[in-house]
Amino acid sequence: MPPKVDREKCDGCKAEKESLCEQVCPGDLMHLGEDQKAFCRMPRDCWDCMSCIKACPKGALETRIPYQLGYHVARLIPMMGTNTITWTCIDLNGKVERYQYRNRGSDD
Amino acid sequence: MAQTIPKDFNEIQSEMIETDLLIVGGGNAGCFAAVEAKTKNPSLKVTIMEKAHISRSGATAAGMDAINTYLRTDKGETPESLVKWSRAQVGGGPIREDLALSNAKILNETVDMLEEWGLPFVKDEEGHKQLRGRFDVSIHGEQLKPIMAEKAMEMGAQVLNRVVATNLLMDGDRCIGAMGIGVRDGKFYVIRAKATIVSTGGACGIYKSPTTDYSGAHHQTWMCPFNVGTGYAMGIRAGAEMSSLEQRWVATRTKDFSGPVDTLSVAFGCLITNAKGERVMQVRYADKGGDKAARFYRLNAPMTEWLEGRGPTYVDTTVLSQEDAKDLREDLLNERPSFVLFLASRGHDITKEPVEIYGSDPYIVGGHTGSGYWVDINRMTTTPGLFAAGETAGGNPNKFVGGCGAEGRLAARGAVEYVKNVKLPALDKAQVEKEKERVFAPLLRGPEYDGVTGIEMEERMQRLMDEYAGGIHQFYRMNEERLDHALKNLKMLKDQTKYLYAKDLHELMNALEVIDRLDVAEVLVHHLKYRKETRWPGWQTRMDYPDVDPKLDCFVESRRDQKTGEIQMSTRPYEQIIPGDRTKP
Repeated sequence: MPPKVDREKCDGCKAEKESLCEQVCPGDLMHLGEDQKAFCRMPRDCWDCMSCIKACPKGALETRIPYQLGYHVARLIPMMGTNTITWTCIDLNGKVERYQYRNRGSDD
Repeated sequence: MAQTIPKDFNEIQSEMIETDLLIVGGGNAGCFAAVEAKTKNPSLKVTIMEKAHISRSGATAAGMDAINTYLRTDKGETPESLVKWSRAQVGGGPIREDLALSNAKILNETVDMLEEWGLPFVKDEEGHKQLRGRFDVSIHGEQLKPIMAEKAMEMGAQVLNRVVATNLLMDGDRCIGAMGIGVRDGKFYVIRAKATIVSTGGACGIYKSPTTDYSGAHHQTWMCPFNVGTGYAMGIRAGAEMSSLEQRWVATRTKDFSGPVDTLSVAFGCLITNAKGERVMQVRYADKGGDKAARFYRLNAPMTEWLEGRGPTYVDTTVLSQEDAKDLREDLLNERPSFVLFLASRGHDITKEPVEIYGSDPYIVGGHTGSGYWVDINRMTTTPGLFAAGETAGGNPNKFVGGCGAEGRLAARGAVEYVKNVKLPALDKAQVEKEKERVFAPLLRGPEYDGVTGIEMEERMQRLMDEYAGGIHQFYRMNEERLDHALKNLKMLKDQTKYLYAKDLHELMNALEVIDRLDVAEVLVHHLKYRKETRWPGWQTRMDYPDVDPKLDCFVESRRDQKTGEIQMSTRPYEQIIPGDRTKP
């Protein structure tokens, strides 16, 4: 399912030649509309790899499970740090889990 | 970003590039090939032609949670023991033991390079890379793809992002580069190269996936759906020899959302069970090795349970403690984060309820099974100047991330030697113009053209292959008559590609993708027809030939005749190098 775009937060990466989600999508699916907000041009074709979510500097994108496969609504939000990633997962029942670990380099 | 969409043929700009080594596909094998080539010869010009953006392209875009092949030499593992294991995973082969051994010999140094570049490995108490199975080691691999890409660029490789390869550039029988389209700039790319490595990944989307859904879930596939088999298709069209395409890869995945199963079953000891609560592998496959049975038995088992009335099937996660379950989710976040979201969207506590599993649609992926180009020990294909590595190179299954990286390095070594003795011939303008006309035709037909879109044709092909060439909805089974029906209709579809139209560059890419998939599908069906036996149930199940035929203990090969377009089949003998029982790991 394509990422849900928060149109308030998305600024189309004004400072960039091309918005970061457009740059990074392995399926060439993210695109800016005439209003300079991101959208997924072919919802069925998203692989849910979450590359665009990780790349978005505004936190404006969120992957949602297609309703055909899951229930409304759960959330999974990655925060990219320096050599770490933090994930927040909120399940259908509102239960929150947090994961933080190193994604580059070693602890020693 | 605004696209430049050419309206007529004369508006299309061409970009001419000359290089020493062209790498088509900047994934795992391609990045390692670039690093190796620049290490061997820093003055060599290395160009990577990349369909997407190299930082997050292809099969490892989301990350990985393990490197599935690494030799813990302190535990007595050797290149030979890995090849023996790999051979047993494909039921004793045939496999190319020469290729597998050469890969295994540089496997550890290749995986260690990833650690040096900044990929975090989980370590055990003695400081060794932590095993989660016999050969797989755990990583925190969310950044795997960007790390490999950055290294390739740091070493000085030129990267052409968003340039989709469409055909090889040929000088008679020799490959001298490739051509393609820029999906952002709308330009036609002609890249002349002394040597070319094709490392585009394998083919997904030849078959209909079990979660296919037009509105939101067409791409719930295990393999990256943007890997469409272009690497194979370009070679098929140029007359290169393909090997073992009939050894399809079918993965067991979590049902309804293609999540990794090895992570659960191998790393966390959650075994396969059925609706009756039976341990499937122990009850029905004890003579094949139980939970350690050859890979195709394990992959085919869940669907056989469904077929015989004992579904649903599960991996039994109820053996996990709450703490283990959280560790498991952390591993999953590294490889398939949206699967953690999927579990959350069902409010699924995996310690209380097991996770359902199901078969996947079949894939052609030479990094996993034996499908791909026939290559020599230097990874050169039967087309001089063209090398293959990773999923595109055949005969050498179970390579996975480490092995594909190692093979990229071997292909680069072969290519670096090859370029020493070759010169680039003059550009064949007629060939270039012909290709430019071919690839831009769907776009130039215009948005109002009464024709067929790439996606429509893709869905038609996927259903045809699913029903007639052994897809999941037919429990991977096929017979001669169904395969003939598939071939007849594939020919029809191929003829109808003249009606493809596209309204923008993205749709043009879709149209070219279905042309590539059709070329792969046609050759695949010829391979499936030739192997009149059932050697690897699930991967290749012939209802009309249910047993193994000892006469087919060989490689099945194909080549498209360049004059007639017919697919010619042949065999090559299997050569055993590592002694011993081929079915024992």
